[in-house]
Amino acid sequence: MRSFLFNRFAQSLVLLLIVSVIGFVVLNLIPGGPLAQFGLDASMTQDDLNRLAEQLGLNRPLWMQYLDWAWRLLRGDWGHSFRDGAPVLEVIGRHLMATLLLMGSSTVIAIAIGTWIGVRGAVKRYSVFDYMATVGAMVALSIPTFWFGLIGIYVFSLRLGWLPAGNMYTIGDESVLNYLHHLILPSIVLALVHVAIWSRYMRTATLDVINQEFIKTARAKGLSERRILMKHVIGNALLPMITLLGMQLPSVLTGALVTETVFTWPGMGRLFLDSLGYSDYPVVMGLLMFSAILVVVSNLAADIVVAIIDPRIRLS
Amino acid sequence: MTKESTTKTNISRRDALRLMAAGGIACFAAPNLIGKPDIARAADKKPAGRVVVGLSQEPTVFNPLMAHIEVDDAVHFSLFDALFRMDPEGVLQPNLAVEVPTQKNGGISADGLNWRVRLRDDVRWHDGKPFTAEDVKFTLELITNPKFRAWRTGGHSLVRDLTVVSPTEITWRMEQVFAPYLSFLTETFIVPKHLLENEADPNAAAFNQAPVGTGAFKWSQRVAGDHLELAANPDYFGDGPYVERVVFKYIPDQTVLYTQFKSGDIDLTDQAYITPDHYDEASKLPGRVVSLVPGASVESFYLNLERPQFKELAVRQALYAAMDRTAIIDAVYFGVVTPTETFMPKESFYFNPNLPAQEFNLDAARKLLDDAGWVPGSDGIREKNGVKLAFNNSTTSGNNLREQVQQFLQQTFAEIGVQMTISNLPAAVMFGEFWLKSQFDTAISGVTHLIAADPDATNRLASSAIAAKGGKGSNVGQYSNPEVDALLKKGAQTFDPEARREIYYRIQEIVRQDLPFLPLFAATYVIGTKEGLEGWEPNSNTRTASWHAAGWRWKS
Repeated sequence: MRSFLFNRFAQSLVLLLIVSVIGFVVLNLIPGGPLAQFGLDASMTQDDLNRLAEQLGLNRPLWMQYLDWAWRLLRGDWGHSFRDGAPVLEVIGRHLMATLLLMGSSTVIAIAIGTWIGVRGAVKRYSVFDYMATVGAMVALSIPTFWFGLIGIYVFSLRLGWLPAGNMYTIGDESVLNYLHHLILPSIVLALVHVAIWSRYMRTATLDVINQEFIKTARAKGLSERRILMKHVIGNALLPMITLLGMQLPSVLTGALVTETVFTWPGMGRLFLDSLGYSDYPVVMGLLMFSAILVVVSNLAADIVVAIIDPRIRLS
Repeated sequence: MTKESTTKTNISRRDALRLMAAGGIACFAAPNLIGKPDIARAADKKPAGRVVVGLSQEPTVFNPLMAHIEVDDAVHFSLFDALFRMDPEGVLQPNLAVEVPTQKNGGISADGLNWRVRLRDDVRWHDGKPFTAEDVKFTLELITNPKFRAWRTGGHSLVRDLTVVSPTEITWRMEQVFAPYLSFLTETFIVPKHLLENEADPNAAAFNQAPVGTGAFKWSQRVAGDHLELAANPDYFGDGPYVERVVFKYIPDQTVLYTQFKSGDIDLTDQAYITPDHYDEASKLPGRVVSLVPGASVESFYLNLERPQFKELAVRQALYAAMDRTAIIDAVYFGVVTPTETFMPKESFYFNPNLPAQEFNLDAARKLLDDAGWVPGSDGIREKNGVKLAFNNSTTSGNNLREQVQQFLQQTFAEIGVQMTISNLPAAVMFGEFWLKSQFDTAISGVTHLIAADPDATNRLASSAIAAKGGKGSNVGQYSNPEVDALLKKGAQTFDPEARREIYYRIQEIVRQDLPFLPLFAATYVIGTKEGLEGWEPNSNTRTASWHAAGWRWKS
């Protein structure tokens, strides 16, 4: 176990180094740059732009900029946003909660509904329900989130007036109920795709388990079908899903991008898009490293959790 | 109100009335920016209600002196005051100053070099400390501090010998005569010395995240990526505020901005406003008021004059004649925008209305090219001396209205034997070196030529402003005309509006003849407000629809 952890840790460090170098170079290769936002401002002369480039350290050679950035990062200094001057970790922190809220609620919905559909579809294989679930999943995966979001807003906000047209809460009312009210539509929209994915995986996983010898043994022991399903089938089918969940966790950064835009949700996806649009290098690099670390950590965590739950897997 | 305030400026009442007529948008009285009598103040009701302003870009820069973009202005105008303000008629009004200095009233010396500004004595910062001439001195010095990430330094860099004569009087000397500086000062918000002077790094000051100003609204809170909230300043020295809170809500998508205006979540659609294709529907919404507001920007077809295709005037004239502007304006922009022949905004006092109107005429375009010796080659594309009349055209990708305009132009250009290839870039890429260092053949963009509504267009039109040739401005088309250069220089050294007008009329005539760029239309913004919101008025001389939140109120 210890050598496994050590290996994984060393691999992770190399991975992070590669990600940071590639990210930094690619980001700086994109023409335009942080000063393009002033390109249409008649009053910003070339002298002003040169001065800003120097003040921001943008006129140094790329390798020097990278080493400076990397050295600061190693000492825990993630830099400051070019846009609002706030520390990068603070900027990420401000948007993280919004995304976690949205991703959290939609993940709960997706797992609950997806598991139910997947298991039911597997148990009653080739039934009408199973076919409908399959078609439904295809449709859900094909509908662009943007379109589904706008339709949702049109029907439930503009026509029926039941749900808000977007935003995280009504300005001036920060009660829990208000948050929940605003959470309904975007989490359902976001969950739609995940329900589709989750139910397909769950169906396959359940089918794998259902034909195993120990299920036959359980039946032979005379256990009720319900007990077999709840205890033996679902429990075992969920194992590979932990890995899936671990792999999906990093998508908090980009997964909700479209939903966040349609519902004006101030999360990480939008922060990433905006920072890219303004070439806010410190924030984009910060998000990149943050998500790389998240990928590494969540994959590692998923492996460890699976190892603990399932004694058949040995990590040596 | 207008009369009372304008008599205190450098412009006489007659001038002011003429300006209003020339402006053509004098539909509202100028707001009273110079304060109010004590009786009026006592009679005021308590500020009530909240106005939610929708913006499709996020304001992030709250120190108004730091490099920022248009959308940040919306916040700065509510939190801070400048020495002067530009009212909707383009007339300078005193703000923190008690009068606008002129050569007539002695505020500016006869040679234009020595300036004196007298200040109000009844202004306090939001933290209660009094505002004095020391703050003005500190502000102007901070802008030119080499360590400070300042916004524009033009004009400010000419200021010498700043002297605080008394708490309400400041003087300085200009290194050279520069008339536009008066207008520049309307966008130079004064910051508090006592909160910034001890900061080792002014770029990282706490003030920049929680600004303190003298304006009608105080900083309340910001939820990054979502909105920021300002609260009424009950001790404001001027008229207002009448609403308790102003919220600037960031809505990143223009369609969503419009949806939230429809659903009532936002009360005012500021930048980037409602798209022209929604104008018709928006104007029929119950409980909403939709206004067409002229903007300062002119959408043009920019030519890189250093490309061999465009060096000849006949080519530029032919391309201009081959633009079906009426079809573009009606079909793509739903008739919301208006044709123009000049870079000068129509609301400007300096707008020259006597320029020859463009005429869409493909035969005339062909004849121009034939006469100039551009003959069609085997592929139908004209050429002369081995130069093909073919070029790339770039605009901001994702802007579907501009993309449609490109298709219109591509078609009519093809009919006169000109090949235009579309090659678009994201805005963040296009307006970097590609634009600033003139790396395009042709480009379509909306450009404002004026700075703080002053008619001086040196940065856009002077031959010394070509960055691609080591110049210091943004003359991206690389236009060069010695007569225009001389007139621009003269205009920047002339204070009298009448005399200036003559100069800028002439500049517009020459530019219309030379056609360094081909104007498509003058921008018009579709701005929506919720019914019951009173006191909102547009001001084309500022960059924001929220330039005067102090006057907003809800109908009771």
